Amino acid sequence: MQYTLLILILPLLSFVILGLVDSKWKAQVAGTLGTAILVTVTLLSYYTAWEYFSTANITGSYQRIIAFETEWVRFTDYLHINLGILLDPISVMMLVVISTVSLMVHIYSLGYMHGEKGFERYYAFLSLFTFSMLGLVVATNIFQMYIFWELVGASSYLLIGFYYTKPEAVAASKKAFIVTRFADLGFLIGILVLSYYTKTFDFGILTSGNASVFASTTGVTYMGISVMSWAMGLIFVGGAGKSAMFPLHIWLPDAMEGPTPVSALIHAATMVVAGVYLVARLFPVYYVYSPEVLHGVAYLGAITSLFAAIIACVQTDIKRVLAFSTISQIGFMMVGLGVSGMGGHHGLGYMASMFHLTTHAMFKALLFLGAGSIIHAVHSNEMSLMGGLRKHMPITHISFLIACLAIAGIPPFSGFFSKDEILAATFEFSPYLGAAMSFIAGLTAFYMFRLYYGIFWGVEHKHAHTPHESPLAMALPLIFLATVTVFAGFIPFGEFVTNDGAPYEIELNMLVAGISVGVALVFILLATILYRKESKIPTQLATTFAGLHAAASHRFYIDEVYLFITKKIVFNLVSTPIAWFDRHVIDATMDGFASITQRISVLIKGLQSGDVQNYAYIILMGALVIAGLVIYF
Amino acid sequence: MFDVFSNFSSGIIPMEAYLLLSLVMFFAGIYGFISRKSLLMILISIELILNAADINFVVFNRYLYAGHMEGFFFALFTIAVSACETAVAIAIVINIYRNLHNVNVDSLHELHEPESEQ
Amino acid sequence: MAQQIIFYILAIVISVFSIMAVSSKRLIRSATYLLFVLLATAGLYILLGYYYLFAVQTAVYAGGIMILFIFAILLTQKPGDKIAPEPMRQRLLAIALSVIGLAFTAHIIMHNINRVYTLMDTQITTKHIGMTLMGTEKFQYLLPFELISVLLLACIVGGIMIARRR
Repeated sequence: MQYTLLILILPLLSFVILGLVDSKWKAQVAGTLGTAILVTVTLLSYYTAWEYFSTANITGSYQRIIAFETEWVRFTDYLHINLGILLDPISVMMLVVISTVSLMVHIYSLGYMHGEKGFERYYAFLSLFTFSMLGLVVATNIFQMYIFWELVGASSYLLIGFYYTKPEAVAASKKAFIVTRFADLGFLIGILVLSYYTKTFDFGILTSGNASVFASTTGVTYMGISVMSWAMGLIFVGGAGKSAMFPLHIWLPDAMEGPTPVSALIHAATMVVAGVYLVARLFPVYYVYSPEVLHGVAYLGAITSLFAAIIACVQTDIKRVLAFSTISQIGFMMVGLGVSGMGGHHGLGYMASMFHLTTHAMFKALLFLGAGSIIHAVHSNEMSLMGGLRKHMPITHISFLIACLAIAGIPPFSGFFSKDEILAATFEFSPYLGAAMSFIAGLTAFYMFRLYYGIFWGVEHKHAHTPHESPLAMALPLIFLATVTVFAGFIPFGEFVTNDGAPYEIELNMLVAGISVGVALVFILLATILYRKESKIPTQLATTFAGLHAAASHRFYIDEVYLFITKKIVFNLVSTPIAWFDRHVIDATMDGFASITQRISVLIKGLQSGDVQNYAYIILMGALVIAGLVIYF
Repeated sequence: MFDVFSNFSSGIIPMEAYLLLSLVMFFAGIYGFISRKSLLMILISIELILNAADINFVVFNRYLYAGHMEGFFFALFTIAVSACETAVAIAIVINIYRNLHNVNVDSLHELHEPESEQ
Repeated sequence: MAQQIIFYILAIVISVFSIMAVSSKRLIRSATYLLFVLLATAGLYILLGYYYLFAVQTAVYAGGIMILFIFAILLTQKPGDKIAPEPMRQRLLAIALSVIGLAFTAHIIMHNINRVYTLMDTQITTKHIGMTLMGTEKFQYLLPFELISVLLLACIVGGIMIARRR
């Protein structure tokens, strides 16, 4: 299956070409080229998936296939960095998800970004991102993953800061890069610790279940915690940074400054689930060698999920609502992974998490693209400027409603199935956690329908010109993704993706399903009462719980805490003295060298008179002195 | 050093007499080269220096290696080379005089021709 | 004895006129003193028995080069021109250097020659010189001879190029 290499090479080629031609081609040519290349990549991904799932299951479970591998750098006999393509159920699944969403975004952007300055640059960056993300998921070893991990971060930075003349966009891109970079430091240290003890980077060896690989870690502790927990915990910090887990989530809402299709691709469907993918990739290691970290992942996921859901309830910027919703849903996936066991029914959480990742990618991309369509029509992100749009934008309305129902967990939409599996796994792990997650699922339904009613119902706002339905290039992806969202739930996902490779038949846990659907319906009803028509109740509630409302509106002041820590503590107590030292000691030393040199040169520059006779005099005198010294002393 | 004068009466011209003679010529040339400002004076000084060197070659050849002719030919070729050198140097001096109307080294700050004559 | 007298006459001529040549105020006089020095040097070559070198020295130096000097001086100086005297400081420094150098080198020479070298009586015929100059064997000088001829050609071309009026 060496042709899978093309899946990586084509987007890279597209990036290089589009990046080089810049604005020499007409914008539409560049866009069409990028999209055409992505169509090829998508078809190749689908073919890969078809071939993998139809041939790899030989012995009753899916085998991992190394489609391509080459040694890049060799440090020691054990430690070497390879570059390659690893095919196993989750990487193939990710290939399909990424290429599908990316293709939709490419097509959508043809309409959405039409006439924008830097259209070619935009498509070049999209290609770069697609290349990096695909490289990340097919990585054969943890170091290759790290390389593409950073590339993904860089292309995310470039795309968030796409409108580089807007100060907010520049600030947001810097924030995203610094926060994730900070988390990646943990990731890197984790990788180094892990590879120091296991003498390998390779996923195949790490997750093979061969205990001798980890033999040198037994009994090694640092500060009372076993070294494997340190390594896996630090690796998870990297994942938490990319996946916007509390308290490293602060960059994601700001990242919405980028173009909306970018938000759909990177900050909803693909890059932000890289952390989930990382944990899933190393799941056997987490499960066997650091179960406490895995449980920590579950609780952190739950906390993040609740926290983000509460904030989402009071935000008024529609993209911010969706951003917090994304954080919340990623929390769900983390919970799913954290509560999972190994193999068969115990591995339900893992399977559910991957399933939710897939369905979430589809319906969240749909939501963002729908939001983009609305913003395209209204020219604003603020919910208060919308309302009553259902008459003007039927396609957007229907697809948005489908996505809302899916994320709220109403059968038969895809979100119901995947979320229900996560809840079922969570209830088996701990009923309290399960109940909490069900409540969060209800909150999800509430804020999504608040958003839905706020946009499409309620009082129609006066617009400068009547909102209109989006062009075909934007409507097509909406229709496609809506269709996928409706039907994806019926995919027998357990047949394909489980953590031991063996197919597993999903059975619906009727009790859990009943509870979650019931909760969701109650909360939807609540949202309908409050926001279907204009009413005074939300305002009254806001004044009653003024403290809570203000705190949630300000995202629980987490950004302020960061600012306090960085500005007041780090800047004042660490950076300022270091800067002073740099300026007054190091710079001064260097300046001292320079000024001493300058003074000496001023002193002796008279010697360089250009007067040949003077030179001859000095040469002869020197020769005499030297000869005298040699002979007489 | 007194050997020179003691040999005066003995009828032999000692080698060091020649060497000291060329030395006087050489340092006269050095003095002229360093102190004089006229290009032609500098050239005359250079001729003196070269001539002193020639004498040394010939004397060493004659006194120490009478059967060989290296020093002799070296002096011969040096004369030829100094002839070349003088010819070119004087061409340059004349060119300078044409441009600057004097032949002082002090006035040679700029090698290109003055703007007015271009 | 006669040789000695001749040598010391030549020595006095060379010493005095060398110094006068570099310290004269008038260029034309300097050139004349230089001519005396060169001719006296040619005389030294006769004393040493190198007649051919005497001929070359007289013809090339005293003849050719001096003519060039005199032309150059006549082209660049008006009759009776005096060179402006150089700064005293510069002259004193140059004199100091020359005297120190002279003393130092003379000391080395006198200190290191500790036996009397005498002239061996050898005859160098012009035919022998001609053969040596034209041969390619060891201790024969055809290659430098050719090199010098090329150098002379280059110098003719260069002299014309530099001195011609543009």
